[in-house]
Amino acid sequence: MPADALELIRRPGHELAAGLRSGEFSSVELIDAHLAAAERDNHGLHAWLTIESASARAEAAVADSRLANARREGAAGLTALPPLLGLPVALKDLVSVAGGQCTAGSRILAGYTAPYDAHITERLRATGAVILGKTNMDEFAMGSSTEHSAYGPTSNPWDLDRVPGGSSGGTAAAVAAFHAPFGIGTDTGGSIRQPAALCGIVGLKPTYGRVSRYGIVAFASSLDQIGPFARDSRDAAALLHSVAGRDERDSTSAPVPVPEALLALATSDDAAAGALRGKRLGLPREYFVAGMELGVEGRVREAVSALQAAGAIVEEVSLPHTEYGLATYYIVAPAEASANLARYDGIRYGAGRRDGDTLANELATRGEGFGAEVKRRIMLGTYALSAGYYDAYYLKAQKVRTLIKADFDRLWAQGFDALVAPTSPTVAFRFGARLADPVSMYLSDACTLPANMAGLPGISIPCGLSDGLPVGLQLIGAPWSEAELLGLARGYEGITASASWRSLEPTQLALAGDRGQPTPAERAASAATLAGAA
Amino acid sequence: MIERMASLSRDDVVHVAHLARLGMTEAELGRLEGELNHILDQYTRLTELDTDAIEPTAQTIELENILRDDVVRPSFPQSIALSNAPETSDGFIVVAPILDRGD
Repeated sequence: MPADALELIRRPGHELAAGLRSGEFSSVELIDAHLAAAERDNHGLHAWLTIESASARAEAAVADSRLANARREGAAGLTALPPLLGLPVALKDLVSVAGGQCTAGSRILAGYTAPYDAHITERLRATGAVILGKTNMDEFAMGSSTEHSAYGPTSNPWDLDRVPGGSSGGTAAAVAAFHAPFGIGTDTGGSIRQPAALCGIVGLKPTYGRVSRYGIVAFASSLDQIGPFARDSRDAAALLHSVAGRDERDSTSAPVPVPEALLALATSDDAAAGALRGKRLGLPREYFVAGMELGVEGRVREAVSALQAAGAIVEEVSLPHTEYGLATYYIVAPAEASANLARYDGIRYGAGRRDGDTLANELATRGEGFGAEVKRRIMLGTYALSAGYYDAYYLKAQKVRTLIKADFDRLWAQGFDALVAPTSPTVAFRFGARLADPVSMYLSDACTLPANMAGLPGISIPCGLSDGLPVGLQLIGAPWSEAELLGLARGYEGITASASWRSLEPTQLALAGDRGQPTPAERAASAATLAGAA
Repeated sequence: MIERMASLSRDDVVHVAHLARLGMTEAELGRLEGELNHILDQYTRLTELDTDAIEPTAQTIELENILRDDVVRPSFPQSIALSNAPETSDGFIVVAPILDRGD
C-alpha cells in the first residue's frame, strides 16, 4: 500500500469529507485504501466476515459523480452534500443489506440472503456512505468477546492474543485498525461500549427508540439499540445523525427529533473544552466494583480529575440497585431472546435438517445450528418464562428493572448532566480467559448493562492505557441526551488533545497483515491447549 | 440466610430443552445442568429485594400503542418471500408431514 494511503486511512471521517469536497482525493481512491487495509489485516484480525470490494467501489464511483456535479454548482452545491457521502462504513453482520449475507454470527443463518435493506442501511445509502462489508460478532450478539462467533474469533489490534470485546468486536477492531472511520454495532448490555473501550475507540449506545431496529436481527427487543463506532466523537455524532429517527416499521422507534447539534460539535479543542465548565457530573460509587483492575480505575479517576480541572462539577452519587443489575439483565435478556429465537426452525429460511418428521427436524436444526452460549441463554430464558417460574424470575426481574431505572431518574431530577464511570472493569482479556465460566464473561457487562435496563444513552471514549491496553471512560445521560453526551466527550477530547497516549496506535496492527503469523482462530486454539495443559 | 430460588434437576433440563426445541446430546445436557444452576445461583440475590409494591417495567420509553390505517400496502413479491426457503412447490414452502395418515 502506498504511504499516502496509510496516512489517508488514519484521518477522521470529517477530515476525509473535507478532502473529498476539495478534490484532494476521490471516493474510489479512499475506498481502495480502506479495502486494501481491511484485506491485508483480515488474516491476523478476522474483523470482517465479508469484504464487498466490488459493490463498495461501485458505490464510491456514484459518490464521485455526485461530488463532481456538486463541485460544478460551487460552494452551495458542496455544502448541500450529505456528511457521509463517499465515506466507508463497517456493518455488524446482523444488519440486513438486500442481496447480501446476514449471519448474525450463527451457523443457523449460513446461506441466508437478506431480502431487503434494514432501515439504517437505507439511511446510510441515502447519505451516500459506502458499505465496505460485514463484521464479525458473537452469535446473535450474545457475548462480550466475539469468541462466540460460529465463524471464529476476532483479535484485538492492540494485542492479537486478546479479544476485541463483544459482541460488536468485529466492527470495533475494524474501526480501531483504520479499515473504516465509521462502524455500526448493536448494544443490548454493552455490545457497543465494551468493545469500543477494549479497542480504544468511541462507541455510543443511543437512547432506546432513537434508531429503528427494522431489518436488524433481534436479540432482546426491549434492550437492543443500534449505534455508531468511530475514532472520535464528531464522527460518532455524524453517523448517529445519519441513521437516527422515527421509522414506522419499528413501532418502538420514537417520534423524537434528531438534534442538528450532532453535526455542530466544536471543531476547536479549546471551544470543546470550554463547554465542560459548570457541567454537573455524577460519579456512581457502585461502578467501581470489586474485581476492577487498578489500572482501569486509575485511568478513569485521572479522567475525572481532568474533567474537574476543566471546570466540571463532579459529585459522588449512588445508584443503589446497581448490584442487582447483572442478575436482572440475565433474566430479562435471555427471556426475550428465547422468544425471538423461536423463529429459527429451518422451515422458511436458514440452514436446517430435513431428514425426519417436523419435530425431529426442528430439534436437530436448532440443536446443531445454535452454539453453546446461545443454547445456554435460550434455556435460561425458556426456564424463566415457563409455567411456575414466571413470577419468580421474569416478573421479579421486571420489577427490579423498575428500581434500577428509578435510581437513574432520581439523579436526572436532581439536575445531573451525565454520569461518569468506567466502561469495562478490565482491559482486553486473553482468548479463553472467560470461556470456561459463563458468569465471569457476564461480569464484563456489569458497568454497561444498567443503561440498557433503563433505556439510557451511554458512550465509551478512550481515556488512556493500562499495561499498554486501552481503557474506556463511560458517560451515561438522560433519555435523548446524545448530543449533550457527545459534547462532553468532545470536551474531554479537547482537554486531552495533547496527551501522549492520544498519538499511540494499536501496537500489534503491523503483525495483523503478516501471513506468517497465526490467525485469531489459531491463537484461540493454542490458548485453549495451554489452559488444558495447566 | 437466603435460599436458592430453585435448582434444576436433569429432568428439568430435559423438559426445558424440549420446550425450547433444542435437540442436545447427553453431554450437552449434563454440562448445561451445572452451568444453569451456577447462573441461577446468581439470581438468588434478587430475593433480598421486597418488590411487592413495585410495578414491572417492560419497556423504558413512554410510547402508547402505535396504530396505522389498515390499508393494503406494497409487499415483497412471492419469489423474494420464498427465496430463502429450502424447498418450495407452486408458491408454497414444503414441510415434513405433521399428521400421521394412519396407514
